[in-house]
Amino acid sequence: MTPIIELSHVTYSYPNSDTPALKDLSLTINQGEWVAIIGHNGSGKSTLAKLLNYLLAPTAGDITIAGTPVTEENMWAIRDMVGMVFQNPDNQFVGATVADDVAFGLENRGIAREEMITRVQAALTEVQMAAFADREPARLSGGQKQRVAIASVLAIQPKILILDEATAMLDPKGRREMIALVHELKTRMGDELTVLSITHDIEEAASADRVVVINDGDLIETGAPAQVFANADKLREFGLAVPFAEQLKEKLRERGIDVPASYLTTEGMVDWLWQSISTK
Amino acid sequence: MFTNMIIGRYMPGNSWIHRLDARTKLILSVAFIFVVFFANNVAGYVVAIAFTLLSILLTGLGVGVFIRGVRPLMFLMFITTLLQLFFVQTGDVLWHWAFLTITTDGVTNSIAVFVRFMLIIMFSTILTLTTQPLAVADAMESLLQPLKKVGFPVAELALMLSIALRFVPTLMDEAESIMNAQRARGVEFNEGNIISRIKAFVPLLIPLFINAIKRAIELGDAMEARGYRGGDNRTKYRVLTWQKQDTIAVIGFIVFTVLLIATKWL
Repeated sequence: MTPIIELSHVTYSYPNSDTPALKDLSLTINQGEWVAIIGHNGSGKSTLAKLLNYLLAPTAGDITIAGTPVTEENMWAIRDMVGMVFQNPDNQFVGATVADDVAFGLENRGIAREEMITRVQAALTEVQMAAFADREPARLSGGQKQRVAIASVLAIQPKILILDEATAMLDPKGRREMIALVHELKTRMGDELTVLSITHDIEEAASADRVVVINDGDLIETGAPAQVFANADKLREFGLAVPFAEQLKEKLRERGIDVPASYLTTEGMVDWLWQSISTK
Repeated sequence: MFTNMIIGRYMPGNSWIHRLDARTKLILSVAFIFVVFFANNVAGYVVAIAFTLLSILLTGLGVGVFIRGVRPLMFLMFITTLLQLFFVQTGDVLWHWAFLTITTDGVTNSIAVFVRFMLIIMFSTILTLTTQPLAVADAMESLLQPLKKVGFPVAELALMLSIALRFVPTLMDEAESIMNAQRARGVEFNEGNIISRIKAFVPLLIPLFINAIKRAIELGDAMEARGYRGGDNRTKYRVLTWQKQDTIAVIGFIVFTVLLIATKWL
């Protein structure tokens, strides 16, 4: 496995702020991984995202993306490799129509018009928005706008897709569709695409291969979702929501019922319940 | 309440005028403002009115839409006409009272001003009703290209214009929801005299401005993340194409201009 994102001893302080937003953070993410970064509001997780494509420059420490150091000279090369989807669907929609918005990143890179037309079409097809190419943003739902934002990133053919709270402003349906879309992209592109999703949605985090917990600028824990979510008390301590299945297990344990110690998804929990009833 | 604020909003259609290049429509609309001054007798005005009516008919939108478009400017037209009526002092005196005098020249001038005004507004409305604002912005960018040579930031200006247009509905929605939030707390936007109505808008404007600035900051980040670094080496996805019908429209307009000038010698 080749590392694609490497952070070593990264510290970042916002101007006019006494406490750093990120403190001496070291983290390696491998190519093709899907990593979720979780933490409560103001824990520094969005700051981390902005450092990765030089929207912010670290106060101390080094960051490399696919071997290229993230510095001012390399910032445009870095931005070709790292695509970002932000939280507010409206505030990242630059184009007047869906197709124009997807083309924006291509226009910035001086790509020829014929090439743009095929790439815009292909990217929109991937997110099932091709039928909406001529729509104005005012006539799209939040979920549709976010899918267009993903298409805009895909059109650039980046190595890394960062979802910076991209599902936070969506309704539950839009959120589920976004997660399903990322799943689909991951299955199809495999190791070609590394996904970093910054979120406080537990279901979104549970879809990842690995979860990184950040609290007040410190990296607290990193591990498989099953491992991280199994520790309900610790999650609460860092102001995070506990997955539904874990809450249920806790309640059952209080009533003296033996539950498996390992993490189960909601579906896994349902299966376990069926099995324990039928064996009785 | 915001729907009637825009004079001559774009109305989708597929008429011959709709399909014209935005540059053609923009140039001809500006040219019309000057050309209409060639009319200085009845025949001239008949030609100008006929040409405007023909253009309106070609949009396929119906004259009613255009009359509604003129209505918000009626007050301005009325004032201008009155000024002409009372301040032109040449010609035979028709009516006199205290310092007010109406003369024959005053009457003809005010009629001429009224008709001219009406024609210019209607003709400009053709542009706004049949052309998407974005296409107008594209046309401006294309027509301003020569200014690039003297260092004028044409591409930046065009992008600014297109983003501004893109955010009009977003900010209107936002204004609407802030107003609803204020109404829920007892603010009355449509009651009281003009002063208290204007005052009621202050608590609307402040959150609107703050949010607009926040949006701008986030949009800036998103644009940079997507590789935006100024206008020079960018390619364009949206292109304008000059077609046969544009040449026909320009020829039609030249014929009209020649006819209008010819009426001088009638």
